Amino acid sequence: MKIDREQVQKVAHLARLALTPAEEEQFTPQLSSILEYFEQLGELNTDNIEPMTRVIEVSNVTRSDTIQTEIDREDLLREAPAQEGDFFRVPQIMSTDEE
Amino acid sequence: MTVIAPTKTKYEAVIGLETHCQLNTATKIFSPVSTNFDSPPNTNISPICLGYPGVLPVLNEKVLESAVKAGLALNCQIAPYSKFDRKQYFYPDLPKNYQISQFDLPIAEHGWLEIELVDAKGDEAQRKKIGITRLHMEEDAGKLVHAGSDRLSGSTHSLVDFNRAGVPLLEIVSEPDIRTGEEAAEYGRELRRIVRYLGISDGNMQEGSLRCDVNISVRPVGQEEFGVKVEIKNMNSFSAIQKAIDYEIERQIKAIENGEPIFQETRLWEEGAQKTISMRSKEGSSDYRYFPEPDLPPIEVAKKQLEEWRSQLPELPAQKRDRYESEYGLSAYDTRILTDDLDVAQYFEAAVAKGANPKTVANWVMGDIAAYVNSEKLNSITEVVLKAETLAELIALIEDKTISGKIAKEILPDLLTKEVKSVQKLVESKGLIQISNPDELDAIIDKVLAANPDKVEQFRNGKTKLQGFFVGQVMKETSGRADPKLTNQILGKKLKG
Repeated sequence: MKIDREQVQKVAHLARLALTPAEEEQFTPQLSSILEYFEQLGELNTDNIEPMTRVIEVSNVTRSDTIQTEIDREDLLREAPAQEGDFFRVPQIMSTDEE
Repeated sequence: MTVIAPTKTKYEAVIGLETHCQLNTATKIFSPVSTNFDSPPNTNISPICLGYPGVLPVLNEKVLESAVKAGLALNCQIAPYSKFDRKQYFYPDLPKNYQISQFDLPIAEHGWLEIELVDAKGDEAQRKKIGITRLHMEEDAGKLVHAGSDRLSGSTHSLVDFNRAGVPLLEIVSEPDIRTGEEAAEYGRELRRIVRYLGISDGNMQEGSLRCDVNISVRPVGQEEFGVKVEIKNMNSFSAIQKAIDYEIERQIKAIENGEPIFQETRLWEEGAQKTISMRSKEGSSDYRYFPEPDLPPIEVAKKQLEEWRSQLPELPAQKRDRYESEYGLSAYDTRILTDDLDVAQYFEAAVAKGANPKTVANWVMGDIAAYVNSEKLNSITEVVLKAETLAELIALIEDKTISGKIAKEILPDLLTKEVKSVQKLVESKGLIQISNPDELDAIIDKVLAANPDKVEQFRNGKTKLQGFFVGQVMKETSGRADPKLTNQILGKKLKG
């Protein structure tokens, strides 16, 4: 499966990656060849095989609804690129693309 | 030149609702920290809800139980195999840059709920089934505070509080079966009743525990295909949902009639201006690149577990309404008011269980007691000092003529505010027992007649309206304790002489 430059631009945008034109040029054949490599899987006959989403046969892993952790807010806040008081600080939001 | 007179086209709206319902579990959906998001900023957070490297989310069993119970209550099929997926998008309130949600294998699908629309007179109830497309579990996002401005635009940067990130949500999507704002509001109310009856959410819209987004398009009646779909958000009450839809229907019809295009977009309901305004246009559907969440194994609800949860379902609002009408003979209107709030329904049922007449209980609960709850701004009827059992005793005392209805109303303020062990003892000690002994009444009436010879004369000369005056005098004499029916009978006889 070949992908074109436009698709690379789209994927880059979705991942919020700013690619230079040279990078776009470079990545287009690279991404195509990765996809082609995976295409090999298509050679197998999967007609009678149930689709699967996981390789481990385990289900229904749950925990009880009880509060368990002692959290040190400072430890967690400190990991962030920026903090302000008790908050995480983020740069100005440009789009209103909120869910 | 010929002018063709336009024939008036009739339009109908096609409406679907997408509801997010916040579950009232103690801990978040995938991490064992508190769901209390009113706490100081970022106190209820963990490496899991922040998406720090190396963490492992584990599903809260209570969330699964709540989702399955809600699915059953909404007549859904519970999926034998269900899984979580990552929904990818970037927004600063979403710490992992994806939301754990469910995509193609939601926990519940293909259900319905029945709404009941009661007209102003209250007797005729119209019922309509609204399809439920799907119900799934997902996590909520954090909360943004925009610095330097109330609004996003104009702010220099934003602050994030992740207390709400990871709070469990049920997303419930309806089929586009709704046609009016009234139906949509009633659908929302019924959904809220159901989650409250199940005890899985407080269903509070003002506080955002229940959030409804509306998808709406308009088409000429008879047309098969849908019109352009517009999404409306930002309604924080059911009446706002109704008004936003009514406004939007009118706006879209006007646009069609004027030959203006309708854009596929999201619009916000502005409560102040009572209108919808354009927020952003949706160019095609967003590309969320869902893929299976590798950290969470699938869910296979075992048959035995499913049946156990099914057996724990309470009597649901629609079942209660049916029973109140068929078993107690109450009107659709009364039934609707009594069952709207589970606390009220339970209060009503407790009084009826003590043997009180259902219609009489209904009148007290919906009348004086509801008025008291309102005027005192109580959160629930359970906060009223007068317990259902005491109300039942009060009603029994009226029915066996120990006290008159009038006296009952007089002592009610006392009963509503002070705990009373026995209403019987209270009325005895206050000397409020109704006088229904004919001999005793005879004597009192004789006394009243003797004191008013001129009025008796006038009555006998045809001014029969004076009977009311005499009843009043008897009541005054007895501090309202005279049996009104008996008083009238004896008075009538004596006055005719």
